Amino acid sequence: MTQFFNDLFLVAMKDLRIEIRSRVIVNQVAPFAVLVLVLFGFALDADQRTLRLFAPGLFWVAILLCLLLAVQRSVSLEVINDSLLGLKMAGLSPSSIFLGKAMAVFVQMIFLELFLTGGVIIFYGTSIDDLALWIVSGLVAALALSATGTLYGALASGLEVRETLLPILLLPVLAPVLIGATKAYSGALGESVTNGWQWTGLLSLFALAALALGAMAYGVLVEE
Amino acid sequence: MEVIQLHEAMVFLGRFPALAGVNLAVHTGEIIALQGANGAGKTTLLKLCAGLIPLDKGSGKVLGHDLDSEQKSIRRSVAMLGHTSGLYEDLTVDENILFWAQAAGLDRAAAYDRRDDAIQRMGIEERLRRLPVSRLSAGQKRRTSLASLAVRRPQLWLLDEPHSGLDQEGRESVDLFIKEAVKAGATVMIASHELDRINSLSPRVVTIAGGVVAGGEKQ
Repeated sequence: MTQFFNDLFLVAMKDLRIEIRSRVIVNQVAPFAVLVLVLFGFALDADQRTLRLFAPGLFWVAILLCLLLAVQRSVSLEVINDSLLGLKMAGLSPSSIFLGKAMAVFVQMIFLELFLTGGVIIFYGTSIDDLALWIVSGLVAALALSATGTLYGALASGLEVRETLLPILLLPVLAPVLIGATKAYSGALGESVTNGWQWTGLLSLFALAALALGAMAYGVLVEE
Repeated sequence: MEVIQLHEAMVFLGRFPALAGVNLAVHTGEIIALQGANGAGKTTLLKLCAGLIPLDKGSGKVLGHDLDSEQKSIRRSVAMLGHTSGLYEDLTVDENILFWAQAAGLDRAAAYDRRDDAIQRMGIEERLRRLPVSRLSAGQKRRTSLASLAVRRPQLWLLDEPHSGLDQEGRESVDLFIKEAVKAGATVMIASHELDRINSLSPRVVTIAGGVVAGGEKQ
């Protein structure tokens, strides 16, 4: 079991070190996310009251688009020089590889959520009413997104057309997360009277199911 | 001891028989070279021996492990260098080799020792150690790949076109590495198109054609 966690952290730290070195999230994905928020503002041509109302939904759509980029990047790390072959030859368990890669994507998603929260506060004039709900729902949604994204990234990784196929495969599956996270954030930002904790509970179930399924299925996907 | 034993080994890629009944025995400490045209089955044979693709018919053992049921045990004891480097471009040479040492299950202290030993054996210059792999030449990358595999101290090396894309100095360093690996007790199987080079390296050359050992084995 100790070896399993060692392997998991080894893979996660490797992916995060590469991200820190290459600065793809900071220099490319984060500016893209801000651009999406600004463009939503232009497209809706709305006053701050309307933007505040739609802020939770716009926030999570922007996060989903960023997730696609983060997952594509996570997959490409293993595909470019066929490093996944080395991971298999080294005898790492597929579950530890999956959870390690999902953990790295999770950390990136948390960074982007914090960054974009600043964005919606500045551009849309929102404020956080329920800090606990905002933190917990953000963490749980990031977990659900990173686990599902990593799993579907592996599914698409062996295909020539993975860059274009991944969004088609992944976005419909993440629709429940988008709905749940939007409802929970609406509660946290005080934009609706929805019980955000109930939606956070549903997000937790989704995250646990995605983690369990990913840990079980990843080996089959990378072997094929 | 027989490191590789294959009896009528068959591997299908889809419906195509990539290996159509290979019989082969390789002994400890041998350097065996595979030659043959593109698509003859050399890479498939290497992948089969690495436990990366399943055996569809026939039987075989690698390092005493059954090819049918013990592929994971085979993978841990074998190093395979394919057409790609297997390295992470944004990590430095040091970080790459250390990562692969730790991935092989070595603790931190042992991983550092093995990394330094492998770097020395592969003749990787000190100034390159802190450079990201993306800034290395093809030869330097190849040496780094070999070092990252050497940290596992494998008993069997499977090398697919190890000289391709290298200059004369790079080729010679790969040759030297192969000879030293064998001196250290490992067995090496090389697939190559470079007949002169593999003839000079190995007294045993096996010709693969149409997915079978096409006779003409030179000893």
